[in-house]
Amino acid sequence: MPLLSLLIWLPVLGAIIVLIVGKDTNPNVSRWIALITSIITLLLCIPLYMGFNGHSYAMQFQEHYQWIPVYGINYSLGVDGISAPLIMLTVFTTLLVVIASWNAINTKVSQYLASFLVMQSMVTGVFAATDAILFYVFWEAMLIPMYLSIGIWGSANRSYASIKFFLFTFLGSALLLIVILYLRSQNHSFNIIDYYSLKLSLHAQLWIFAGFLLAFAVKVPMWPVHTWLPDAHTEAPAGGSVVLAALMLKLGAYGFLRFTLPITPDASHVLDKFMIGLSLIAIIYIGLVAIAQTDMKKLIAYSSIAHMGFVTLGSFMIFIIIRKTGSIADAYMSLEGAMVQMISHAFSSGAMFLGVGVLYTRIHSRLIKDFGGVANTMPVFAAFFMIFAMSNAGLPGTSGFVGEFMIILSAFKANFWISVAAASTLIWAAAYTLWMYKRVFFGKIANDKVAALVDINFSDKVLFTLLTIGVLGIGVYPLPLLNMMHGTVGHLLTLSLQTKVT
Amino acid sequence: MPNLIPLLPEIFMLSMICFIILTDLILRSKKPGVIYYLSQFTLFGSFIITAYLYSSPVITSFSQSFILDPLASLLKIFIYISSFFVFWFSRVYVSERKMPQAEYYVLTLFSILGMMLLVSAHNFIVLFLALEMSTLPVYALVALWNDSPYGAEASMKYFVMGALASGILLYGLSMLYGATGTLDMVAVSQSPHDLLLVFALVFILVGIAFKFGAAPFHSWVPDVYTGAPTAITLFITSAPKIAAMGLAFRLLVDTMPVLQPEWQQILIVLSIASMALGNIAAIIQTNLKRMFAYSSVAHIGYMFLGLLAGQTAHGYAAALFYMFSYTLMAIGAFGLLVILSSKGIEVEEISDLRGLNSRNPWLAFMMLLVLFSMAGIPPTVGFFAKLWVLESVVQIHLVWLATLALVFAIIGSYYYINVVKVMYFEEPDTAAPFVCPDNLTLAMSVVGMMVLILGIIPSSMIMLCRSVF
Repeated sequence: MPLLSLLIWLPVLGAIIVLIVGKDTNPNVSRWIALITSIITLLLCIPLYMGFNGHSYAMQFQEHYQWIPVYGINYSLGVDGISAPLIMLTVFTTLLVVIASWNAINTKVSQYLASFLVMQSMVTGVFAATDAILFYVFWEAMLIPMYLSIGIWGSANRSYASIKFFLFTFLGSALLLIVILYLRSQNHSFNIIDYYSLKLSLHAQLWIFAGFLLAFAVKVPMWPVHTWLPDAHTEAPAGGSVVLAALMLKLGAYGFLRFTLPITPDASHVLDKFMIGLSLIAIIYIGLVAIAQTDMKKLIAYSSIAHMGFVTLGSFMIFIIIRKTGSIADAYMSLEGAMVQMISHAFSSGAMFLGVGVLYTRIHSRLIKDFGGVANTMPVFAAFFMIFAMSNAGLPGTSGFVGEFMIILSAFKANFWISVAAASTLIWAAAYTLWMYKRVFFGKIANDKVAALVDINFSDKVLFTLLTIGVLGIGVYPLPLLNMMHGTVGHLLTLSLQTKVT
Repeated sequence: MPNLIPLLPEIFMLSMICFIILTDLILRSKKPGVIYYLSQFTLFGSFIITAYLYSSPVITSFSQSFILDPLASLLKIFIYISSFFVFWFSRVYVSERKMPQAEYYVLTLFSILGMMLLVSAHNFIVLFLALEMSTLPVYALVALWNDSPYGAEASMKYFVMGALASGILLYGLSMLYGATGTLDMVAVSQSPHDLLLVFALVFILVGIAFKFGAAPFHSWVPDVYTGAPTAITLFITSAPKIAAMGLAFRLLVDTMPVLQPEWQQILIVLSIASMALGNIAAIIQTNLKRMFAYSSVAHIGYMFLGLLAGQTAHGYAAALFYMFSYTLMAIGAFGLLVILSSKGIEVEEISDLRGLNSRNPWLAFMMLLVLFSMAGIPPTVGFFAKLWVLESVVQIHLVWLATLALVFAIIGSYYYINVVKVMYFEEPDTAAPFVCPDNLTLAMSVVGMMVLILGIIPSSMIMLCRSVF
């Protein structure tokens, strides 16, 4: 069974059916079709998980067809320990978005659901592609549904935000294409795995690194190319924010692991301090910026950037660790921490965006000052949101803790001051998250609108229960997740530590 | 007796044109439908004949002044296909505006006949006459709509600029003749490198750039595109560009292979100028036709990238693929304007598309595909068109040029997504749905789906383009 192809193309099929059948007069038909489509793809993840061998670093579930033979471009798919968890995350996130739209979206419902189903396909395709051009096609094609979803269903300033999002990400990814073409001119192959063994001079590697950096740093996003994110997050509908936070940002980090580290190990080695510096700026400076926000979505957006700083920190710290201690195990923990952080951040920030979405559909405001005492009128919702806020702050027992702890722990082996700077996030994250929580949920009921709030209904309860399972599951028992990654992370480390200069 | 077999498509076309004129005379312009179907049949018949001759070996005729090779046949087929769409889209537009209908079809067909001869020309005289034959009817077409306030002005501008370009081209050709003493392309191509040839090359390239509308010889493009009735703009932006490809291939590749390093340099400059000027000037336009005019200048710049990369990097095939996909996209873009204008109002401003998604989601979606294709976003044909030309440029180690081209593509993407913004994110001025005749919806759907399908499976198309070189 071509499992990966099914995972990629089934949602597209669902989207086409939704578009054909769905009318504005019968939104529930579209919703049910979309829900069934995402549940089927979620069920398809079970054979993916069961059949996956975590000890092997090789590509699994491979599919290979010729696509454009004259240029040697193939439709080749495969997953390893980095991409398989991310594919499952993608499928799960889209299910959440579909459920969340039940209450939140009432205009052009079929187009909305179709956009997100297509987006799921494209993101899955990015994680599954092992051909560089196929990867790039999915990577770029994703911009179309994302652009539309921000622009059509976003809030007041949506046009500006969507165009800014499009131009920023297009700028980054366009140079990725040049790098791919350059690599292909060196070894006449578009297979990503072939690039891992390609010998490149340090000079060439530095240029390639720069191209990759621009492409992936915009997506992660790293300081200083992060400015599109607060705008896009803020203006996007709740579902769009979730996909941006849970999936879009992961693409950049995935790019670093799939391309930058194994293809340009020497350049990564040379520039690791630079990358660590940028990551620490994201963690500290953006963390401080988040504290000052008055808009809840903006606050979560900035906290996303800070959390993603950990992913890049964990990825590029391996070189310092090896130089300092020579211990593969410590570097291994750093890299694996980065992977876990990617997954856990998706849960905590996705959940918080959905929570803010619930408040926004009721009061039509995202400003913290318009709220206060919500816990009095929406106790169930407040309890759920508490869990997510704690995860965002990195409380032990939640998913947010695992990745950050692994990275901070390995940072001690690298450099005391790096670990101090990284650990300061526990203060900043607690400050911005809990302070926001206090102002929105606790205290006296602020105004009549808050007094009139009704607690969440059944579909939202399902949604938040699913998220809670995710957040606490990874927090308490991350072993199944780690087991999937072991083989691949080890191999990636070997590739990153070899030299490719001839 | 010269061999007439390679000229069969042209002979068929000419006979049919005469037949159409006579038919119209007999019908006294009462039944324009007959003329329409006869014109489509003419294209179809020529298509069949050309396809039949496609696999034949290279034949020359009339003492080597006319050539039938796969390149000529393929270009002709592209010309038929794009003209087929032009007629399909324009029929309602032309009849609603009470333009002289038979004249519209006959003039267009005459122009197509000129293009067919142009892509098959293998002698400077034939080439120049064919070029004139393909452009003269278009001057008349631009002014065909009596009620249009701008038609005559645009026609005049087009005529003066076109005549100037022809003159410059002819001057270059005469220098070639002076240097080599022959009008035959094959004979010229075998002559040794000579400074006079370089001198002639410059004039010839200027002429070619004029015909394409490449910067800095683009000044007629925005004015003519805007001033001509939209259905005529649709024609100007499609088939003549493909014919100009033939002109470029015949004059540069066939005639002056020894000067390749020289014309490569000039094409680099023209290409950068076109990409920069086209993309930047398009941003500030509020008139859609003008915006697409500048966008066509930019697209010509990208096509030049393939042309300058040369045969070893498969650049010619990439350029041909680019031109064909651009034609398809331009037909989609102007076709939509023609459709929307069919109610007797002229849709020209970007704001006229406001909220199209609410008024007719399917048309908006097709236009969305066309626009993202122009911006070069997969999975549309425009992405692969850009990919091939960039790939060929990287092959000849001009990575900086490819990077520059992409930077301009990013700048250019702004004005395309801005139109998407207007169609999708803004509310329409009137809530009334836009009802489009099924016939025209089908035409737009075919173009939109071709843009999408060729973007998903571009393989056979690029193979076809490669097979003719």
